[in-house]
Amino acid sequence: MVKTLDKVDAVIVGSGWAGGIAAAELTKKGYKVVGLERGKAQKREDFVGAKDELRYDVRKLMFQELNKETLTIRNTLDETATPNRSNDTNAINGTATGGSGVHWNGMVYRWLPTDFEFHTKTVEKYGEKIIPKDMQLQDWGITYDELEKYYDQFEKTAGISGEPDPLRPGQRSDEYPTPPMKETDIIRTFTKAAKDLGYHPYRIPSANISETYTNPDGETINGCVYCAFCEAFGCDFGAKADPIVTVLATAHKSGNYELRNNSYAVRIVHENGKAVGIKYVDTETGEEFIQPADIVVVAGFTFTNTRLMLLSEIGKPYNPKDGTGVIGSHLTAHQRNLTHTRVRGFFDEKKFNRYAGTGALGVTLDDFNVEQLDHTKLDFLHGFCLRTSQRGDRPITNNHVPADVPSWGKEFKDKSIFYANRRIDVQQQNGALAWRENYMDLDPTYKDMFGDPLLRVTSKFHDQDRNIVRYAHQRAKELLEQMGADHITIPEITEETEFDKSSLSDHTGGGVVMGDRPETSAVNNYSQVWDMDNLFVVGASSFPLMGSSNPTATVGALAYRAAEGMIKFLETGGGQLVKEKETAKA
Amino acid sequence: MADNNSNNPKNTNEVSDPGRRSFVKNTGIAVGGVAGGALLGGLFSSRSKNNNSTSTATKESVKEKRYEEARMYFTRIADFAILEQAVERIFPEDHNGPGAIELGVPYYIDKQLAGPYGSNVGDYRQGPFIGSKASAADSSLDRGQIFINGLRTMDVESLKRFDTNFVKATEDQQLEIMTDFADDKVEIKGISSKGFFNLLRSTTLEGAYCDPLYGGNRDMKGWKMKEYPGAIASYAHMIEEDKFVKMDQVSLTDYQPK
Repeated sequence: MVKTLDKVDAVIVGSGWAGGIAAAELTKKGYKVVGLERGKAQKREDFVGAKDELRYDVRKLMFQELNKETLTIRNTLDETATPNRSNDTNAINGTATGGSGVHWNGMVYRWLPTDFEFHTKTVEKYGEKIIPKDMQLQDWGITYDELEKYYDQFEKTAGISGEPDPLRPGQRSDEYPTPPMKETDIIRTFTKAAKDLGYHPYRIPSANISETYTNPDGETINGCVYCAFCEAFGCDFGAKADPIVTVLATAHKSGNYELRNNSYAVRIVHENGKAVGIKYVDTETGEEFIQPADIVVVAGFTFTNTRLMLLSEIGKPYNPKDGTGVIGSHLTAHQRNLTHTRVRGFFDEKKFNRYAGTGALGVTLDDFNVEQLDHTKLDFLHGFCLRTSQRGDRPITNNHVPADVPSWGKEFKDKSIFYANRRIDVQQQNGALAWRENYMDLDPTYKDMFGDPLLRVTSKFHDQDRNIVRYAHQRAKELLEQMGADHITIPEITEETEFDKSSLSDHTGGGVVMGDRPETSAVNNYSQVWDMDNLFVVGASSFPLMGSSNPTATVGALAYRAAEGMIKFLETGGGQLVKEKETAKA
Repeated sequence: MADNNSNNPKNTNEVSDPGRRSFVKNTGIAVGGVAGGALLGGLFSSRSKNNNSTSTATKESVKEKRYEEARMYFTRIADFAILEQAVERIFPEDHNGPGAIELGVPYYIDKQLAGPYGSNVGDYRQGPFIGSKASAADSSLDRGQIFINGLRTMDVESLKRFDTNFVKATEDQQLEIMTDFADDKVEIKGISSKGFFNLLRSTTLEGAYCDPLYGGNRDMKGWKMKEYPGAIASYAHMIEEDKFVKMDQVSLTDYQPK
C-alpha cells in the first residue's frame, strides 16, 4: 500500500552537489523542500578519526552498496551485458548525505567555451568533414559566457583556492575566493619543467581550501591541513567544500528543508504530461510513499537520473540503431583504463614527501587543450590537460614500480619500497565525445532489490578515444624527461584496451542531455525537461560530452542555473522557460 | 577533533634483528611439517610449538603473544599453512624488513574472510553468473570459497609436478607454481587462476600495509619499511619542504579521540 504524503513546493532526489544547490536556493526563497536520499544520514562528526585506508579507500565504505542496485555492462549491441558486481572492480558514485560530493578530491576546473558549442565551433573551424562517422556532437544551448556567473557562484559557495589559467585571459568575472594551496617540491619540479618547455602551468583550482573562508550563505569552511585523506574519505577537519558543510547546511538553516535518508526513489510519478511527485521506498521499514510536489527535481548521479527517466517512461528512449529518441544517449566518461591514466616517472636520486598532500594539491596546464591544437594535423578531436597532483600516497594502493619489475615477489617488494617516495606522475585527462552506439537502457535480465530492471551500459572505445590518449602520453613523457626522471612507464593502450568494469568512472555523463531543441536533447538549458514543464533533471546526466577536466564545477554551475529556473517557474506559475524561437536556432 | 600527535621527524626506523628472522623462517618450516603430518596438526598451534623449540624466542616471543591470532575462517590448518607460504612468496622477508608472515598477513586474511568481505555481503550477487570468471568479482564463488579452492589447487599442482605438498616444496618450486597461477595457466573450479592470484596479491598488500587494527602491518613494520607515517593529523608544517622528512608512525589507536 503506497501512502501519499502532504504536498510540498519541491521534492528533490539526491543530496549531493546538484540536489544540495537546488535545495539551498529554493529554501532561501522560502519554498518548502523535501530531499530524498537513498543513503544513510551522515554529518561531519562521522569523519573525525577516519584515516583508514582499508575501510574507505580499498573497501569503499562511502560508495554505493551494489547489493541493492548496480549496472550491467557490455561493449556492443549484440553482446549480453553482465553486472558490475563489486566495488573492487570499480566504485563509481556516492551514497549517504552529500553524495559523491563528500568523498571527492576537489578539483574544480571550468570547462572551455568550445565545450558548450562543440558542434558549431568544430564545423566553423574545420568543416563538417572532420567529424568521424557515428560521432555525436551537439551544442548545449548555452554558452560559456552565459554560464560564467554560475561558475563564479559555485566557486564562491565552495571557497575555491586557485589562480587563473594564463591561456584563458578575460574568461573570469572575478578572482578565486581564496589563494592557491601551498607549493610542494613536486609542484615546483613540474612547474619548472613545464615552463622550460614553454608551457603555461597554473595551480589546480581546489575545494580543499587554503585558508578558513565564510561563503556568501554564511557557511564556514576550514583551511586545509594537508592530512592526505581526501579522495575516498570525508574530511576530518571540515576543510573540504562538500554539500554537508555548505549548501545542505544553508538549506537546513532556512527551516524549510527536510532531508529523508534511506529513501530510495523508484519512480517519477506523472499524470497528463505533468510530474506529480516521487514514489520512494523507506529502506529501513520497506514502506512505500509518494511525495507530491509542485516541481520535481531529479538530481542524482548520471545513472540514477537516466534510470529514473526510463523506469518512469518519460521522454523517448534513445534507439542506437536509428539514432532516434534521447533518454540514454550521449554516454561519455573519463574511463579509468584509458582517459584517467598516468605516465609515471621514477627518480633514483630524489625523494619527495609523497605521503603528505591533499586531494586537489597540484599543477596543471592547458597547452594541449582543444582550443590550442590544430586538429587538421591530428587524428583526434578535442584535447587534454596535463597535471600532477599530490594527494598523499597511501601504502596499500600505491605500490608502483618501473616497467621491467614484476608485480610481486622479492624484486617487487624491494623496488616498491625503494620508489615509494621517489616518483612523480603526470596525468592526462582528455575530452570524451559521444558515439552513436554508446548509450544506456534498461537491462532485460538483471533486477535491483525492488525487482526493477538494472540500467545497462553499452560502450566501446573508438580509434579517436585511443589516439588522443596515446598522443597525450607522449607529451607527459616529454615533461617527465625534462624533470629528470630515471625511468618512465607509459600505460599500454592496445586494441585490446576496451571499456569494461574496470573502466567505470566517477566522471560519467549523458543520458538526459541538455541541448537547444527537443529532437536531440531531453532538457533545456535550465535542466527543465522539454516534455514535462515541472520536472527538472539536474547533474552530469545533462552533459552532451565530457570536457577535458573534472566535471564537478560544471555540475555546480548548471545546478545554479537550474535553481534559478525552478524559482522562475514557481514565481511565474509554470511553462517552458526556454522559448521555441530560441530553440529553433541550431 | 583529533588530538595533536607526536610528529617527531627523527625516525627510529627499526629493522628486525636476525633472531626474529630465523624465527619466522622456522615457523614456516614447522607449519609445513604439521600440515604434512595432517591429523595431528590441529592439536597445537604452529606458533606455540615453534616458540617452545626455538632458543632465540625467549623473552621477545612471550612479550609478543597475541591472543587474537587464531583461525577464525580457515578450518583446516593445512589450508592456512599453504596461505602462509603463498603470501610470504608475494611479500618476502628481505633486507628492508619483515615479510608477510611476520607482518601478520595470514591472520589478517583469515579475519577478512570470516567477515562480510569474505562472503561478498556488499556485492551484487544475483545470477545468472555468465561469461568470464576472470576476476573474483565475476565469480559465483564468494571470496572465502575462492581462497579455499585456490589454495587447495596450489597443493594439487605441487603434488602433481613435484610429488610433494606445496608447503614442503622448495621456494623455487613454489614460485614456479605461483607464476603459472598469475599467468592464468592453471584450472580452478569457479574462478580463473589469475583471478585467484590477483585476490591473493591484493589481500597480501592489504595485510602488509593496513592500519594494525585489522591484525596486519604488525607493530606498523610495513609502514616503517615504506617510511609511511600513518594517521598524522596534519602535514601543513612541512609540506613545502624540499628535503624528505622522516616521521614516526602513528596508528589509529593513537590518533582517534576518545
